[in-house]
Formats: sequence, structure tokens, C-alpha cells
Amino acid sequence: MNKYILSVLVENHAGVLSKVTALFSRRGFNIHSLAVGVTCDESVSRITIEVNGDESVVEQVSKQLNKLVDVIKIKTLRDSDSVRRGLVLVKVRTNSKNRSEIIQLTDIFRANIVDVSQTTITAELTGHDNKIEAFLDIMEPFGIEEIVRTGMVALERGANTLKIDK
Amino acid sequence: MKMTGAQMVVKMLEKNGVKVVFGYPGAANCPLIDKISESDIKHILVRSEQGAAHMSSGYARVTKDVGVCTATSGPGATNLITGIATAYMDSVPMVALTGQVATPLIGKDAFQEVDITGATIPFTKHNYLIKDIKDIPRVVNDAFYIAKTGRPGPVLIDLPMDILKKEFNFPDEEPEINIRGYRPIGKANEAQVRKAADAIRKAKAPVILAGGGIVSSEATELFREFVKSTGIPVVSTMMGIGSVPTDSENYFGMVGSHGVKQANLMLNRSDLTLVIGARLGDRAVYNAENLEKKSKIIHIDIDPAEIGKNMHPYIPIVGDVKDVLTQLMPQLNEYHVSEEWLAVGAELLKKCRAEKVDIKDEGFINPKYFLKKLAEYTNSDVYVSTEVGQNQIWVANNFKFKNPRNLITSAGFGTMGYGLPAAIGASYAAGKPAIAVMGDGSFQMDLVEMATMQQWNIPVKMVLFQNNRLGMVHEHQFMLYDKNYQAVTLEGSPDFCKLADAYGIPSCRISENSEIDKGIESLMNSDDSYLLVIDVDPNEPTGGSLNERRM
Repeated sequence: MNKYILSVLVENHAGVLSKVTALFSRRGFNIHSLAVGVTCDESVSRITIEVNGDESVVEQVSKQLNKLVDVIKIKTLRDSDSVRRGLVLVKVRTNSKNRSEIIQLTDIFRANIVDVSQTTITAELTGHDNKIEAFLDIMEPFGIEEIVRTGMVALERGANTLKIDK
Repeated sequence: MKMTGAQMVVKMLEKNGVKVVFGYPGAANCPLIDKISESDIKHILVRSEQGAAHMSSGYARVTKDVGVCTATSGPGATNLITGIATAYMDSVPMVALTGQVATPLIGKDAFQEVDITGATIPFTKHNYLIKDIKDIPRVVNDAFYIAKTGRPGPVLIDLPMDILKKEFNFPDEEPEINIRGYRPIGKANEAQVRKAADAIRKAKAPVILAGGGIVSSEATELFREFVKSTGIPVVSTMMGIGSVPTDSENYFGMVGSHGVKQANLMLNRSDLTLVIGARLGDRAVYNAENLEKKSKIIHIDIDPAEIGKNMHPYIPIVGDVKDVLTQLMPQLNEYHVSEEWLAVGAELLKKCRAEKVDIKDEGFINPKYFLKKLAEYTNSDVYVSTEVGQNQIWVANNFKFKNPRNLITSAGFGTMGYGLPAAIGASYAAGKPAIAVMGDGSFQMDLVEMATMQQWNIPVKMVLFQNNRLGMVHEHQFMLYDKNYQAVTLEGSPDFCKLADAYGIPSCRISENSEIDKGIESLMNSDDSYLLVIDVDPNEPTGGSLNERRM
């Protein structure tokens, strides 16, 4: 099973996201992660969906999505030809003894420390899935209190774009 | 122009050629019913909303227009659901107009509030909740366009009561159709069509699997020309029955678990299957992988998502059947299927059609024989709806169909309670009586609509096979549940003739094969509704492949 990213341009109005997600549950497709935001054209939102499956599953997902009237355009992005980023906020347990070690590790990963308390450090990291996983692995021994992650967002490398033809 | 929302809806219905709306009123859709009454559109009051949806479906299947139904908010809307899902599975063009509670009350669990757009997402082609009155002209217009173009299907519009009642100064210009996320597909890729023609020419044993797409695309005539010029044997799905007359010499019947032996055998012996406008559902092709291995699949469908969903075709062709055939036929001008393959088919057909049943009197009527006689009597020039169960399969495999639109049945969704209201819609559309073939199980699901027939004087010729049980489930329990017959007998059913009498509908009951002619005569000899109750042996098999394999 591979991870595919579908970039989907949709009408920006109420109910569209539920139509998209309902299709996934209805057809038994798995969403690994999901991110939604408005594009430079305010009437259009861009949904980025990470899907697990083989090529035929992804093709079927893409065709079914295309049938939704609110879906304007879809592109499947491959890992090799796209830039992918997700964001994680992680709250790690700490004390006076290991605080500087944690700070050093966050520096190595170019993560930002966004909050500190007597007993915790909260770090923010942006990156590819693999990098986020690696960072979480490193933090694990200190004791992770809480994490929150966004869905992946992705853009194609090079000059290609996903736009609506006027 | 200053108008209420409801007036604008009605204006757009008129613009889209709507002549009749099947519906049921309630507080939320009352503003709409009120304004329909001021137009030339007729509103037919039904007895349950499900009936309204099925009637509009029957109407659509006959007229090729979009069927329209309406219900109020909450329970009215949820009662439509089965009818909408039925239309979705058989790709029937429909627009369902539901009332909704006033916009300030949405989300407050108001009286008779339900999220009907949320509920119908999986089985509508598209749906709308109108929140802004100025959207009405565009939305209603788009809804009709979406329902009838491409692969047809149901579209639901949820109309909050305050928006229906509010006045608004609508712009005078008509809305234009410009839906950027919806572009129906037309012509197919030429290269794919060329590849298909090559593959057909090379095949030794090609078969056409004809589906409902031929009918929706209005390609029946063209398809028949194609079949005639190439000579390729035809089998069909339930939706494709009648795409060629069912008594033609190269038609082998319906495929699938309830299809006939000769159709399944032809499919199994083929080395190339030309699937035209069919989605290869599990009932039509049970073992898709097996067929893929034996036979090269060329799959023609207007819906790209159908291609590769249930089967992986050798040559996929996305396009409207009519367009694809137009592109394909000139490339096969010189082609005719081999005599050897035709001989194989002819031999098979001779064998299967020769299997005669012995018709004698034994206290029950042979339903298959009855249906053959009914087809003869009517010269197949009649719309026939079915319910779901044994009655449906008996009709599919035994009634002679000359035209595909004459069979009105819930093929994909298998909805009991569909046949009677669908026949009402069909009868209204055709302006002549339609036949509803039913079992005593399914008849009792929507028999309330007999009142609709009577109130609006829409004649339906009801053929009721009575075996006092849910015959198909009974058979299922015989085959698969070790004869543990549970919840399948229908004790407590009324005397159906007396029931018809209570509605003012004449009726009679027959129980011997020798009474069939007399029964058909009394059923068909007037222009009014009639109920013919037919006693059927409870052990009468459904017939078709399932029986042949297991019994």
C-alpha cells in the first residue's frame, strides 16, 4: 500500500466537505489525513487528502470524487514530484535536568519552542511525514504529554499548478 | 420581477417543461403546493411520500423527462428517501423538492426538521439546501440539467419555508447553465474506439452485454442496427432487457444469478465481452474475476467511475453509448461475426427454448405461462412494472419485451413497493393503463396508492401473484438456511378482492391454467383499474440460474 496525495479544488460553500468525506466512508476508502483551506480565488477551497491504497483504489477515489458536482478539479500528486508539509505541536514532559537536552534536539530538527512551563516544553515542527515521525520518536523517551497534527498539504514541484481554467 | 420564492420555483419548473408533480403536502412545502395550484402544473396527491417518489420515477422512465416529486420537511422528506435511492441505482432522472423548516430554525431540532441534504448525499447525483432566495432560479435550473444529462439521476432541492414565502425582486434574465464542476461526457476517445474495433474483428466468440445505458442514451435504434450488421449475440442485464426484442434470434436473455442459463453460458463461452452501458453489478456478473480471465472486456460507459470499479476492462471507453456506437459502427462495416460462433449460439438457444413445460390444471397457475400469454394478448405494447422478488424475475425472463422502456422495475436497488406506484406514474405519463405485476408481499407495501389511482382516475392493471409467502426469501431459506422458514409466511393478509372492492376497483381471482384467458380478458377489456389475483403454487421456483445451480 502506498500513500497518495489528492489535491482537490472544490466550491467554497457549506456542506461540500461533508459530501467529500461522506464519499470516503460510503465507498470504504481510508483517509489518512485531510487539510482544507481557501485558495487565492475565494470561491474555491483546496482539499488535500492523503489516501492509503494501491493505484486502482486511488484511481477509483479520484473518479468518484470527480462525480461530485462541487468538485471542480483533482490532481493526484506523487511523493517524488511534490513538496509535502504537515505541522505538529508536541508537548513534552521535562524537568531541570533534561530541559537543555530537549532544546538541543528541537534545534537539530529546526523545530520551534513555542511554550515552556516548569514541567513541559511545547515544540512546533513543520515538515514531511517522515521528519515529523522521526521527531516524535526522538521525543518519545522524555514522555509526550500531547500532540496535535495537521493534515498534509502539498504542491507540485516545478512550474506546474492546479488551477481552474477560466 | 417581484415574486415569492415558491413562485420562482414554479416558474423554473415550467421553464423546464414540468407538467406534473407527485407529492404530499405539509407545513413546510405548503407555500410551494399553493403556487403550483396557480400554474398549469398538476399536483397529484399520493398516499405516502415514498409513492410520490416512485410515481415520478415511473413517469420519468416512460416520458424520458425528469420526474418531479415533493414532500414536506422531516418525515415527509425521509419517506422520499427509498424512492430517491431507487432512482439513483437505476439512473432515473428525478428532481425531489422538499420543504424545510424556516432558515432561523435550521439546526435547532425544530418540529419536523431533518437534515435531508445530509441524509441523501450518498444516493443523490447532487443536492442543494437553498439558503439565499436569489439562488432559486439558478439552482432549480441546474438541478434539472444535472438530473437529465450525462448519467441521469436524482437531484434533491431542500427549500426552507421562509424562503418559499419571502418576496424578492428577481432579475429578469433567465439563468444560464454554467456549472464548473459538472461537464457531461460526450464523444469517446477515437483511439480507444479503434482498438475496440480491432479487438472485435479478432475475436472468435464475441458477446454483447447490453445494459440500461443504451436506453438512457436513447441509443436503442442505433444499437439494434449495430447488432443486426455485426450479428454479435446479445445478452442483457435487467436494465437492458428489451434493448433488442426479447424474441430476436440473437438475444439470449438476462444474465446473472436470476438470469437464464443460455445467457450465462454464452457469456462464459465468449472470448470478448462488449459491455455497453452496464455497471457489472454483483447480480449481473457474480464472478467478475473469472469472466475477466476468460473474456476480453470492452467496457463502454458514460460514467468514468463505473469503469474499473467492478471489473478491469481490457479496453475502457468513456462516452455516451450513442456517440460511441456512432464512432464504432463505420469501423465495423465489413465485419460479421463467424458462422461457427453463430451456430454454437443457435444450438444452445434451440435446446433451451425447446424445454417446454406441461401446462395442466392443478389448483395453481403457472406464472411464467401466464406472463407469456399476457404478452401475447397485449402484443407487448404496454408498460409493465414489477415489484421485487419472484414476480420480478418471472417478468424479466418470461414476458416478451419489444422495447426497453416498457419494463419498469427496480433493478439495482430491489425496492419492494416500487411496482404499483411506478405503474401509476407510467400510466399517467402514457395516458393508457399500465400493468403492475406484483407479489402479495410487495403489494402490501404500497397498496395505499390504490386510492391515488382512484382519486385521479389513473388506471392500473394489477396482476397479483398470491402464494401467501415471501416467495424469494422462502426459496433462499430453502437453499441456504436448511429449510428454516422464518418470517416468510403472510398469514393475516386480507382478501385482496374485497380490498379492491373497498377502493371501488373490480377484481377476480383465478387458480387454474385453463382460466388464464378468461382472467386476462377481464383484466384488460376495460380502460379502468382492475385487480387480477392469481393463485400461485408456494413452491413454484423463481427459475433462472440460481435454481439450476442449486436445486
